[in-house]
Amino acid sequence: MRFTKDHEWVALDGDVATVGITAYAAEQLGDVVYVETPEPGRALKAGEGMAVVESVKAASDVYAPLSGEVVEANGDLSGAPETVNADPEAGGWFARVRIADRAEYDALMDRAAYDAFLETL
Amino acid sequence: MSLNSVGRPTRPVSDTPGAGFASLSGGRGLLQDEALIFERSAWTSTGVDLPEPEAGVEDLGGLVRAEPLRLPGLSEPETVRHYVRLSQKNHAIDLALYPLGSCTMKHNPRLNEKLARLPGFADLHPLAPVSAVQGALGLMDRLAHWLKTLTGMPAVALSPKAGAHGELCGLLAIRAAHAAHGQTRRRLVLTPTSAHGTNPATAAFVGYEVMEIGQTADGRVDLEDLAAKLTDEVAAIMVTNPNTCGLFERDILEISRLTHAAGAYFYCDGANFNAIVGRVRPGDLGVDAMHINLHKTFSTPHGGGGPGSGPVVLSEALAPFAPTPWVVHGEDGFRLVEETEAEAAQAFGRMTAFHGQMGMFVRAYAYMLSHGADGLRQAAEDAVLNANYIKARLSGVMSAAFPDGPCMHEALFDDRWLEGTGVTTLDFAKAMIDEGFHPMTMYFPLVVHGAMLIEPTESESLAELDRFCDALLGLADAALSGDVDRFTSAPHLAPLRRLDETLAARKPRLTWRPAEPGVAPAPLAAE
Amino acid sequence: MRYLPLDAADRRHMLGVIGAASADDLFADVPVPARLSAPVDLPHHAGEIEVERELSALAALNRPAGAGPFFCGAGAYRHQVPATVDHIIQRSEFLTSYTPYQPEIAQGTLQVLFEFQTQVAALLGMEVANASLYDGSTACAEAVMMARRVTRRRKAVLSGGLHPHYAAVTATIATAEGMEIARRPATVDAEADVLAAIDSETACVVVQTPNVFGTVTDVTAIAEAAHAAGALLVVVTTEVVALGLLKSPGEMGADIAVAEGQSLGVGLNFGGPYVGLFACREKFVRQMPGRLCGETVDAEGRRGFVLTLSTREQHIRREKATSNICTNSGLCALAFSIHMTLLGGTGLRRLAEVNHGRARTLAKALGAVPGVEVLTPRFFNEVAIRVPGSAAVLVEALAGEGILAGVPVSRLDPSAGLDDVLLLAATETTTAADIDSLVTALSRRTCG
Repeated sequence: MRFTKDHEWVALDGDVATVGITAYAAEQLGDVVYVETPEPGRALKAGEGMAVVESVKAASDVYAPLSGEVVEANGDLSGAPETVNADPEAGGWFARVRIADRAEYDALMDRAAYDAFLETL
Repeated sequence: MSLNSVGRPTRPVSDTPGAGFASLSGGRGLLQDEALIFERSAWTSTGVDLPEPEAGVEDLGGLVRAEPLRLPGLSEPETVRHYVRLSQKNHAIDLALYPLGSCTMKHNPRLNEKLARLPGFADLHPLAPVSAVQGALGLMDRLAHWLKTLTGMPAVALSPKAGAHGELCGLLAIRAAHAAHGQTRRRLVLTPTSAHGTNPATAAFVGYEVMEIGQTADGRVDLEDLAAKLTDEVAAIMVTNPNTCGLFERDILEISRLTHAAGAYFYCDGANFNAIVGRVRPGDLGVDAMHINLHKTFSTPHGGGGPGSGPVVLSEALAPFAPTPWVVHGEDGFRLVEETEAEAAQAFGRMTAFHGQMGMFVRAYAYMLSHGADGLRQAAEDAVLNANYIKARLSGVMSAAFPDGPCMHEALFDDRWLEGTGVTTLDFAKAMIDEGFHPMTMYFPLVVHGAMLIEPTESESLAELDRFCDALLGLADAALSGDVDRFTSAPHLAPLRRLDETLAARKPRLTWRPAEPGVAPAPLAAE
Repeated sequence: MRYLPLDAADRRHMLGVIGAASADDLFADVPVPARLSAPVDLPHHAGEIEVERELSALAALNRPAGAGPFFCGAGAYRHQVPATVDHIIQRSEFLTSYTPYQPEIAQGTLQVLFEFQTQVAALLGMEVANASLYDGSTACAEAVMMARRVTRRRKAVLSGGLHPHYAAVTATIATAEGMEIARRPATVDAEADVLAAIDSETACVVVQTPNVFGTVTDVTAIAEAAHAAGALLVVVTTEVVALGLLKSPGEMGADIAVAEGQSLGVGLNFGGPYVGLFACREKFVRQMPGRLCGETVDAEGRRGFVLTLSTREQHIRREKATSNICTNSGLCALAFSIHMTLLGGTGLRRLAEVNHGRARTLAKALGAVPGVEVLTPRFFNEVAIRVPGSAAVLVEALAGEGILAGVPVSRLDPSAGLDDVLLLAATETTTAADIDSLVTALSRRTCG
């Protein structure tokens, strides 16, 4: 698993990356009430707004950690947005993206680097 | 003589405390639970007496609804009781100081209500012939004169229905002006980070890209940052003055000079006009357009969320683009310039059907006449005095966001003073409810952490100000001495305890819907 | 000054606590050239007597609808608002309260909004409704903006029967957002004409029933055509009393239904404040503009209501909000809801039948006037008639005789080429004597 400074995680399986937000982010956001996930077929550029996570009092943009094409969005989240709070780094995944460039993934922080980054906040 | 010996005790006979007492019905004396109208069996009744129709509906054939409209109808006594019971669960300005920063919760004079209900205003159709409504047009003309004189601006668009609607009007006029002058590259609007959310929302609605201007350490617009961002792609800046931190922008003349030098327009959010009305004219500050919230500065009632009214004063540069309709005075009296007269050729369009919030115009005009130029000036002075008094009394304990120098009509605190107590701004606000006060504006402006924005207005007596400050100082003391539970479980004494907003957003239930006909839906279960 | 509680002693004391020498010191940040040293050139304060005198004099120059025969409609209708409504809305707790952002102390307002939303959804035949918008015309514009968000298409087709002010407001707002607005020609039975203009770029079709000429249309076929093209149907109603009798927008396939609620509870008010009704299919709820009230529970499990789905709104979403709206028409929504509660579905049906009956009487009487042709084929409580010569001149002449004979189409849309068409409405407040006076006066003028 890799991580971004904007608190997204990426798990790569072949050329399909699963993306979500980290436990730290989920905790900061508070109760998640809705997730606006990207549509399958959409092309994404790294750094572009990909999804929106809503709590009662805030809406936070989630940025694409990598470039690629969205192949699937997590349909469970519309009925059960609380999954993001309960299981952010597995069941609370947002979208699966077929990536274009493996190097983008390799450039992301690993768990140790992300944890160290969290210490600085 | 005979003595009337029917007596009874007139002092409490028992000294046992009443804590933990619960009534059998669950209500509390004067405060009763009140069911929804849909939870009665009143589906086919009605509380209005109507005559027999004089003809049938067979001429409408298949256009008639197939299913009857299923909505309950209550008799007049039941209706009155329903709404009176509901009203008792509401807090209101008429009950206590309402410290909502940026909302200007001043007293709503009842003379305004009386005059707005004169049949000559209330029972008037907007499209009646102009000759039949000269008094209404005359009032609009006089209101316009007051607004222009108080702001030092040559023109005013009366039709916007609320402040945000006024912002939209102002930006549309700006857009039209740039288009008329061939300024097609202007795609940006600059707003400070402290701006009210309506500012960027309005700019985006009109098709502009929003860019933020930074703030200095003393809470004002960063002139250097502004100058750097004022390129020839900027259509306008949107600045509130006094700003949302309750501070007057000292460099306002330079802000407007830089803006105009860059070929852009200065939109001023007039939400805080109450601080300066009668003492400063926005026209003298270089403003090109400013909406005025009649429901803030000019006392029209907030009504639980509206209706408002947001006329927009305009500079010479923007006046030609004002939306229709407007009132003009000619030889035959007043008339309305509507869409297609030649005079309206440059108007950017129309903001609303008909002419604007006439009901609010009557109220605001009555208020202006009552106060007069001298009274309005005094009102601004008292509003600023009251806010500074609160700031002075509370700053010893609560951390003022910008302690140096006076504030204007509102005092801004942050939550640094609560650090380590386990009490948040939200908790503090909820505890204010138990002390009898509506919470102040919280978490706005966004530039200050855990913001608490307090605007008392000029309608408060010294006694009420002191009562308010004493309550807050008492709460502050409790927070700082570790009485956390009082706050985190507040409010205790309101009609309801803290509500689950997460549940409401996750499982939106926006209408009453029976699971089956005649069966009330089960209440939502907390998660 | 009666609205200012502080006296000189108070002010001195407060300045002392603040540590300022005078109130002017508190305005030290105002640039010197901008400081006004004296009150502006406007009258000084006045007591109630003088204020009442001035405003009464202005009011006396206006002809209230109730002063004589009255037939104006065209988007604002005169109905009998029960006396109870005005009393309740003047209760302090409703009149002087703020937006219910602190739900624990605003359950009165919030429960009313929940009941209002339920009533509006039922009336319009839709699944969800919001807590009101400013008025019908801005609700119409917001509906078109919402259709653009939902379909991501840029064209909107407006029927020729849509109230011209509504079309103008929609065009003003929509073109700012880069949309293309196609307005169909104004004809009395205009709604079906929109079919010709629907294509694959159409975000929505906007129709009105009863339309501005009074014509009632079953728009089910238009809904089908719009949906087949991937567009939404927006249905506009400017006279909500019609919904007591007629098929609702939802029944006919509307995706978004908007209306002017002024007929119930609110009164004419020379054009405002009014109350915009907005309802849509549940699947679109997150794209709705305006405030929404929802049900929930409190910390002790008791039912309560809160504003919800707020992340759509400006104070949170800022430049990405569904709209820039900050106010609803709270007190007018309350008035509407109280009137609707008194009526109930049964009473509204009866009220609608009375209105329609009056209009049939009016139409029959007008049809018998030489030179007058009733144009509206199917009407609820408003008809369009053709008169000899200018309708505006005729209206002005009749106003001189104390009769407000309706609204000339030329007042709303001078370029429609319908200068000889007049719109007249009849409601439960219209009497047989009113109709007789109108017909007599008309006959005198139309028979040369």
